[in-house]
Amino acid sequence: MKRETHIRSGHGSGGRLMNEMIDGIIREILGAENVQLDDAAIVDIPSNRIAFTTDSYTITPIFFPGGDIGKLAVCGTVNDLSVMGARPLWLSCALILEEGLAMDDLEQVLRSMKNAADTAGVRIVTGDTKVVGKGAADRMYINTAGIGVIEGSIVRREITPGDAIIVNGSIGDHGIAVMAARNNFSFTHGLVSDCAPLYGMISAVRGAFPEAVKFMRDATRGGVASVLNEIVKNRPWGAILKEKSLPVKGEVQAVCDLLGIDPLYAANEGKVVCVVEESHADDIVRILRATEEGADAAVIGRIESGFSGKVVVETAIGGKRMLPLLAEEQLPRIC
Amino acid sequence: MNTALVQTLARRLSSIHLTGEVRIMEVCGTHTAEFFRTGVRSLFPAGLSLIDGPGCPVCVTPNEFLDRAIAIGKTGAILATFGDLLKVPSSYSSLAKEKSLGMQVEVVYSPMDALALAEQYPDREVVFLSVGFETTAPGEAAAVLRAREKAMHNFSILPGNKRTPPAVKALLDAGEVRIDGFILPGHVSAIIGADAWEFIVRDYQKPCVIAGFEDFDLLASALELIAMIEQGQAECRNSYARVVKKGGNPRAMEIMHRVFENAPSVWRGIGSIPESGLVLRDEFSDFDAEKKFAVDVMPAKEHPSCRCGELLRGLILPTECPLYGKACLPDDPVGPCMVSSEGPCAAYYRYQGVR
Repeated sequence: MKRETHIRSGHGSGGRLMNEMIDGIIREILGAENVQLDDAAIVDIPSNRIAFTTDSYTITPIFFPGGDIGKLAVCGTVNDLSVMGARPLWLSCALILEEGLAMDDLEQVLRSMKNAADTAGVRIVTGDTKVVGKGAADRMYINTAGIGVIEGSIVRREITPGDAIIVNGSIGDHGIAVMAARNNFSFTHGLVSDCAPLYGMISAVRGAFPEAVKFMRDATRGGVASVLNEIVKNRPWGAILKEKSLPVKGEVQAVCDLLGIDPLYAANEGKVVCVVEESHADDIVRILRATEEGADAAVIGRIESGFSGKVVVETAIGGKRMLPLLAEEQLPRIC
Repeated sequence: MNTALVQTLARRLSSIHLTGEVRIMEVCGTHTAEFFRTGVRSLFPAGLSLIDGPGCPVCVTPNEFLDRAIAIGKTGAILATFGDLLKVPSSYSSLAKEKSLGMQVEVVYSPMDALALAEQYPDREVVFLSVGFETTAPGEAAAVLRAREKAMHNFSILPGNKRTPPAVKALLDAGEVRIDGFILPGHVSAIIGADAWEFIVRDYQKPCVIAGFEDFDLLASALELIAMIEQGQAECRNSYARVVKKGGNPRAMEIMHRVFENAPSVWRGIGSIPESGLVLRDEFSDFDAEKKFAVDVMPAKEHPSCRCGELLRGLILPTECPLYGKACLPDDPVGPCMVSSEGPCAAYYRYQGVR
C-alpha cells in the first residue's frame, strides 16, 4: 500500500482511501481494541447516573509548547467531566481535516490523544472523520464528547461567605505559552502549556474530603477571573482575591506586562478553581500539593458578603480593584 | 520594592486630609490603567480627583487618519498596524471590519516587523500605520532609515506620530478645566528628558512629577504632587530618575529628528495643535504613504453622541458619557477611548465595570 503523505479530499469520500486511513492510522493509533466500527459504540455503564459533555477544539497553532490539539481535546473533555465529580470513561473523537494536512501531523496528534487518554484512564470508543477543502478549515479541528459516571455526589453545593477559593497551580500558562509560540517571543523559553488531565488529582481530594469541595470548574477560556465571575453572578456575596497569593510564573507575568494582559484572564488547560469549606482549605491544599498537577496549589482568596456579585482583587499595597467579566477574549482561538 | 515601605506610603496616601478639592491630571494612558490595576486609585483620600489626560495615542488619533489608512488599504496595499488600532471605529468602518471583508491588515509588534513584511511581499506595497508618541517615533524613524539603506521601494509609513508637551500646553492655554498638578509620563520623558516639561512650572506655575509605573512609583509621585499643591509649591520633580535623565535619550532624539520634523497636528477633541505632530522630512518623502498614495478620502465624521473629545480634554469622566457601558463597549466600541488598553473608558470598564 502506497503511503499517503497528505490528506486529500478522497480521505473523506467514504471509499477505499478513507477506510485505509481509519483502519491503518486512526484505529491503529487510538487502539483498535477500543474504537468500535459500528454506527454507535456500545458500552456497559456501572452506575445509573452519568455526566455527559462535548467540546470542540480549534486551537492555532495545532502544536504548541507542552502539547498539541490532540492532547487538548482529550484533557479538556476529561476535565469537564472530572470537575463535576464524574469518573471519565469514554470519549468520542470527531476529526475535521483540511485538505493538504500532512499525514505525519495527523499521526502525531492521534498519538498524543492516545497517550492522554491512557493517562486519564478513558477509552476513545467511537469517532468520525470529515475532510474539507483547502482553506475551509485551519489544518484540523477536533470534537470530543465524553461520558463519565457519578459514583458519589456531584460537586455542586451551596457556596456561603467564608468559603475559601483554591487554585491548583500557576495561572495563565496555557494562554501565554500559545501566545508566545504564535509570536515567536524569544524570552519565554521553557514556558509550556499546563494542559493535563486532572481526574487523578481531583479524585485524591474527593477521596479525602468527599463533601468539603462545594464547587469546581476548570479555568479554560477567560481564565480564573471568568470562572469567579460566573460563580458570583447574581449572588448576595462576592469573591476577594489576594494578589500576593496568586501563583503566576515570572515569564507569564513578563509576557502579560508586554501585551497588557492580566494573567487572571489568560486561559489554562490544567487548572481548576475550587470553592471549599474554609475549615478544610489548608488540608485540601496539602493534598493537592502532593500531586503533580497540584504542586503549586494555593488558597487565593475567599467568598465574602458585602461584595455582592463582584470579584475584587486586593492589591499588594492593600488597595482594591475590580475584576469584571471581560467583554471578549484577550487571545484568539486558544482552545 | 520593599513591601513595608510601599504599604507605609499606601497608608499615608489614604489618610491624607485635604483642605480643599485637589485635581491632578495623569497625562499618560498607561498611568490611567496602572492607577486602577495597582489599587492606588482606590486609596485616594476624599477630595482628590484624577483627571485622565490626552495620553493614549490611539485615542487622540482623529478619524481622518484611519479613513485615509483604509482608503490606502483599498488600493491593495498591506496595512501593518499595532493591535490597538484594529477595532477603533473610523468614520465609516474600522480596520477589523475591513480585514474581515478581505483587506490584508497585519498586526505587528514593532515597525521592524512591518519592514520584514515588506521583504516577505516584495511585489506588494506595505504601509505601516505610524501612531504613537515620542516613545515609538524613534523606532519608526529607525525603520524608515533601514528601508532607505536597503533601497526598499514597497515600504512606507502613514505618519500619525504626536508629541506630548504641546498637547499639555494646549490644555493649559485653553483653561477649560482646573488642573492643580500633573503626573507626567515616565516612558515619554525617558526619551525627551525631564527638562522638556519645565515650561509647566515656568509658564503656568503648576507643579508636576515624572512618574514610573510600579505601585511604589504611583504612590510616591502622587504623595509628592499633593504635598507641592498643598504647600503652594510649583516645581518639576523627577521621581523616576532611575530611568529618566534630564536630557532624555539623545541618540533616540537624534534619530527621530533626522527623519521627522515638527508640524501642526490634529488631536481628537482638541483640534490642531502647533508643533505637536511629527511628519517625514522631505528627503524621506518616498517613504511617506500620504504622498505615495493619492487616495480620495471622504470627509471625516464622528458619532454624534460620542464624548471622547471632551474626555480627552479632561472635561468629563468616562462614566459621564451616555454611551459608556451601554452602546459603547470594548467589543463593540463607538469611540477609541473604549478600545485601546490605554484608553480611559477601557480602563474604567475593565477595572470598575458598569455601576
